[in-house]
Amino acid sequence: MELLIFYPLALVSVILALFVVFNKSPIGSAVCLIGMMLGLAGVFILLQAHFLAILQIIVYAGAIMVLFMFVIMLLNLKDDDTKWKIRERNIFLSSATGVLIVGILYKIIDVTTDTKFDSPATVPDNFGTVEVVGTALFTDFVLPFEVASILLLAAMVGAVVLAKSKVD
Amino acid sequence: MLESYTGAAILLLIATAIAVGMVVATTILGPKRQFADKMEPFECGESQLVSPYQRFSVKFYLVAVLFILFDIEAVFLFPWAILYKKLGLFGLIEMMVFLLILGVGLMYVWIRGGLDWE
Amino acid sequence: MIDDILNFLDPYWWLIIGVVKAVIIAVGLLSTVPLLVWLERRLMGRFQVRLGPNRVGPLGLGQALADAIKLLFKENIVQSSADKFLFYLAPAVVVFTAIVTFSAIPFGEPFEVGGESIGLWGANLNIGLLFIFAVSSMGIYGIVLAGLSSNNKYSLMGGLRSSAQMISYELTLGLSALCVVLMSGSLNLYDIVKSQSDMPYAIPLFPAFVLFFIAGVAETNRAPFDLPEAEQELVAGFFTEYSGMKFAMFFMGEYINMITMSALITILFLGGWNSYIGFDIPILVFAFKVFLLLCVFIWLRSTFPRIRYDRLMTFGWKILLPTSLVTMLAYSAIKVLVIDA
Repeated sequence: MELLIFYPLALVSVILALFVVFNKSPIGSAVCLIGMMLGLAGVFILLQAHFLAILQIIVYAGAIMVLFMFVIMLLNLKDDDTKWKIRERNIFLSSATGVLIVGILYKIIDVTTDTKFDSPATVPDNFGTVEVVGTALFTDFVLPFEVASILLLAAMVGAVVLAKSKVD
Repeated sequence: MLESYTGAAILLLIATAIAVGMVVATTILGPKRQFADKMEPFECGESQLVSPYQRFSVKFYLVAVLFILFDIEAVFLFPWAILYKKLGLFGLIEMMVFLLILGVGLMYVWIRGGLDWE
Repeated sequence: MIDDILNFLDPYWWLIIGVVKAVIIAVGLLSTVPLLVWLERRLMGRFQVRLGPNRVGPLGLGQALADAIKLLFKENIVQSSADKFLFYLAPAVVVFTAIVTFSAIPFGEPFEVGGESIGLWGANLNIGLLFIFAVSSMGIYGIVLAGLSSNNKYSLMGGLRSSAQMISYELTLGLSALCVVLMSGSLNLYDIVKSQSDMPYAIPLFPAFVLFFIAGVAETNRAPFDLPEAEQELVAGFFTEYSGMKFAMFFMGEYINMITMSALITILFLGGWNSYIGFDIPILVFAFKVFLLLCVFIWLRSTFPRIRYDRLMTFGWKILLPTSLVTMLAYSAIKVLVIDA
């Protein structure tokens, strides 16, 4: 039953992810990215990570993509600008990136082949609920949590400095 | 746990059907009498003089950035609001420090005029 | 024969119940919208010392239906320079998110049918409140896409303005709802209603209630925060280029959001289906409270003039956001240091 939901969801997510890359217009890419994030949220729900799924929607699809949309709206997009320009490809950089990605993929496959997929780990009933995630966040990971606030502060200051600086 | 989503998932499908169905129905049912002038963008009877894609105030961008930051903050607060009993005073202090740092940020934005819409 | 069918269906009861509930919610919502439009026009008429629509059908009730049919058969103009796909997608997104949001709203105690407990909700989620915030925050893309795809400066400006408005007030909405979470200790809307069996949270959490209500009005783009429809300044904001049913779909989304918001306020602050006076038909109590809130929404529209855009943003960021932060901090400090100490 879960697979019946998982496969269409995963398929749509992957197709949308491809559209993000191959779409001609930035707006279209952004819309596909939102769709892909919603698909990912669905996958998170299937993995019992309910809180994470909601975070995925609220923070990524809800907040960050709004910023993307605003930037697209704010940029002065003329008709010929709305199409991606095909830049001259740097063969060396492209192939280096390709090799890197293949290496990472190989490592991931290498690690996961040892895992037994036929007997999936049973998760506790309260796995992925707000309580469990919160308990971990506020007891074991206090420091990262507090550091996150400083990160947010830095972003706030940075945004204001950029937006409010006078161009002389 | 997953069963609790059944209703939402089915309503999701129904809502998709309704939304798509309405758009399709109105496209099919409505008359189509098109001519060039009618297909122009609306501009109070004139033809469009300037491109709609003007540069907008950077304030909107600032609002979006601030929204992300405070949204993340609010999202952190929700698990804390459920767990505060278990965490007790330690949790309260922890959250106060978190909010204090962000409060300083809000004050800074305020003083620098990031919230002004003159 | 019937036994065979029942036996075959036995493992799928949850699915059948889910489908029936979803269909009832969808049909209920879609049929409430014309009624709400009628109610608003009649009430607005009375507020302005006129009659309002009263010709079509008894009390003018047929008016909304007639309008819906008329709109369905109107021509859809998609101006030639618009981005066709996104132009069609935008109203669909608005209606879609509005309907899905409602799925997590509970409106009564579960009842028993043939040994199966059937809850009066689309989905009883442990993270119901966050689910509603998450899905309703997707509605903003309807506005953004309508503004972006129309290729019209009024649409673009309107879309930008309304989306900035919506994200600004979303923060206050979340922070004031946090006070309720603090009191009830749960994100499950059913549990939140249960925890109010003695007293609705509107009394102990009055500041949060006021903040939530103001932010809720702004979130649903209702007057006095109806900048998206500022006809005088922005022609018609982000749906300038829309006509026919697609135009109406934006309003449909708005009215469904209004119902959802009223239901959410009822659940979070007004005690849901608890009547407190011994009236014991939960669903009627709930419907009555939602109805009252909807009337207040309409009352607000006919009372207040539209707020200016810069004031709107300053109000959201400089008054509502700090106030809701302080309110939330005060309640959490009181809760930890005084009540639980």
